[in-house]
Amino acid sequence: MSEIIFKRPDALEDTVFSYCPGCTHGISHRLIAEIIDELGIEGTTIGVAPVGCSVMACDFFTCDMFEAAHGRAPAVATGIKRVNPDNVVFAYQGDGDLASIGMAETVHAATRGENITVIFINNAIYGMTGGQMAPTSLPGQVTQTSPFGRDVMQAGYPIRVVELLSELDGVALAQRVTLDTPKHVHEAKRAIKKAFEYQIAGVGYSIVEIVSTCPTNWGLSPQDAFQWMRDNMLPYYPLGVYRDVKAEGFDNIHDRAADKRERLSCGKDEK
Amino acid sequence: MSEKVLMKGNEAIAEAALRAGCQCFFGYPITPQTELAAYMSKRMPKLGRVYLQAESEIAAINMVYGAAGTGARAMTSSSSPGISLKSEGISYMAGADLPGVIVNITRGGPGLGGIQPAQSDYWQATRAAGHGDFHMIVLAPSTVQEMADEVYNAFEIADRYRTPVMILGDGMLGQMMEPVSLPQEKTEKTDKPWAADGHRNKRKKNVINSLFLKTQELEDKNIERFERYEIIKENEQRAEMYVTDDAEIIIVAFGASARVARSAVDRARSVGIKVGLIRPITLWPYPTKAIESVVDRAKKFLVVEMNMGQMVDDVRLSVAGRKAVDFFGHTGGIIPTPTEVFEQIERIAVEKGDE
Ligand SMILES: Cc1ncc(C[n+]2csc(CCOP(=O)(O)OP(=O)(O)O)c2C)c(N)n1
Ligand code: SF4
Repeated sequence: MSEIIFKRPDALEDTVFSYCPGCTHGISHRLIAEIIDELGIEGTTIGVAPVGCSVMACDFFTCDMFEAAHGRAPAVATGIKRVNPDNVVFAYQGDGDLASIGMAETVHAATRGENITVIFINNAIYGMTGGQMAPTSLPGQVTQTSPFGRDVMQAGYPIRVVELLSELDGVALAQRVTLDTPKHVHEAKRAIKKAFEYQIAGVGYSIVEIVSTCPTNWGLSPQDAFQWMRDNMLPYYPLGVYRDVKAEGFDNIHDRAADKRERLSCGKDEK
Repeated sequence: MSEKVLMKGNEAIAEAALRAGCQCFFGYPITPQTELAAYMSKRMPKLGRVYLQAESEIAAINMVYGAAGTGARAMTSSSSPGISLKSEGISYMAGADLPGVIVNITRGGPGLGGIQPAQSDYWQATRAAGHGDFHMIVLAPSTVQEMADEVYNAFEIADRYRTPVMILGDGMLGQMMEPVSLPQEKTEKTDKPWAADGHRNKRKKNVINSLFLKTQELEDKNIERFERYEIIKENEQRAEMYVTDDAEIIIVAFGASARVARSAVDRARSVGIKVGLIRPITLWPYPTKAIESVVDRAKKFLVVEMNMGQMVDDVRLSVAGRKAVDFFGHTGGIIPTPTEVFEQIERIAVEKGDE
């Protein structure tokens, strides 16, 4: 008797992705879908898709989905989760979406400790609009809108998102992973699964940054894109766990936070 | 109806929203609507509902988008500059056919403007609440009682037509106190089979979306929505007619300026001038039927607003060149006085006599 050992996860629609061949968005989707299957949460999960190449993500997952305005996924996810605390809510966002236009929403959802999971695809470029400079583009990186290479004197420096967010008390898990080798893919899956599990256990806001590639707009083959990523992105965006409250021995973000006073009156108190 | 209580306009809106079953409120402070958020922050948690102060108006309206998309009755409130920031989210809500209630307690503009009451957001509310082909239902109360009644109604019609609804008040209405009898608590929930609240393997997946990359699909969506707008225009137009039966001069005014105009009408009537008042309650759909009902008999229209003349466009469209339409207004936060409006009525009455 033959046994099925590899198939499309149930949480992925039986349809063709809109991504370029060799694009890491496809692997990231598959990992999320496998985890939804493994956790048996397809019926309670609500996904929030971004603006960017993954704008069509609503068509790819089998759970209920929202299409958010550019950068607003954390606010939309907050609205969903606050009135449906028993659902599992994830937002899937690119670097332009999350770190540029949606930075305020990102920082504030994280600092509120919204019990949501954010999957952050960092490919150091705006894919969908044709390869413009992103907040995560590297110093010197040539893009459509930095034709002479990103000049930090003019355009400023790239943002290291998980390092930034890991400083906030509301964050339960902040981890950076990548997808260039089977080992790294396994690591990425473990991190994303943990991010979902933390939400289910009410631990707090979790974000997994996936250092990704954009072969099309980088002008490289998928293999060369991975090599370019290893050579250039990983030194700037080191892989690792930047915050894990459970590993620190806490059950949730509130146990970890130093200051959770009940009521602190400053004279203007109403009776 | 229950006993009357004395309440501020902003608080009456908040309390009536609670009674309409508002499950979540997302706000950001701005004068002159802040009492509304403060009221919600006090009451919502006690009722086991959601109050959240967002980091910005943009975030607040997107939280409404998320909550409303799961079927919850959701609300946000702000004032003019904040509504500009919400326009992105309002457009997305319209694009995804989401119900929700947005309160705009307006002040003067453009820009930071001032904090005194004005009606200068009329165009923004009725013409371009955001980018794209869409309308939003706009309700304009003129008393504290109506603020409570209309917000209650707003949740109902938002759900019925799957559209955002705006309550357009102004700083004067938001801040003043009047006796109000509050609506009954709504207990039954509206069925929302389209809501994306987790399919639990019991139905097909739902998607809340405003993206339609195929041109024909987007056109069809917009046509479908505008067919719904025709039904809304037919069913939801409302205006108060005050001594218009024999009126030769018709004043048209909404909200706070309608209160001023009404006093001026009373004074003009007392000296024998045949003047009446049409007070639009729905600003979109515009109550053209009300104007139509008096246009033949009327000799002249006078539109009174707290802006540079915005609703006057809609009156002219409704009158369609058949009668002259004058405008009188103040802007910048100045409220017209009954005497000023009375003088305008007198002027028109004399002109009429000269004919
Ligand atoms: C308000 C707004 N501004 C700009 C755009 C145009 N836009 C679409 S996708 C995109 C960049 C997305 O880049 P990223 O988030 O890095 O995702 P990727 O395409 O690389 O996956 C931009 C700027 C938009 N849709 N909305
Ligand atoms: S443009 Fe880049 S990020 Fe977008 S699908 Fe193609 S390879 Fe992927």
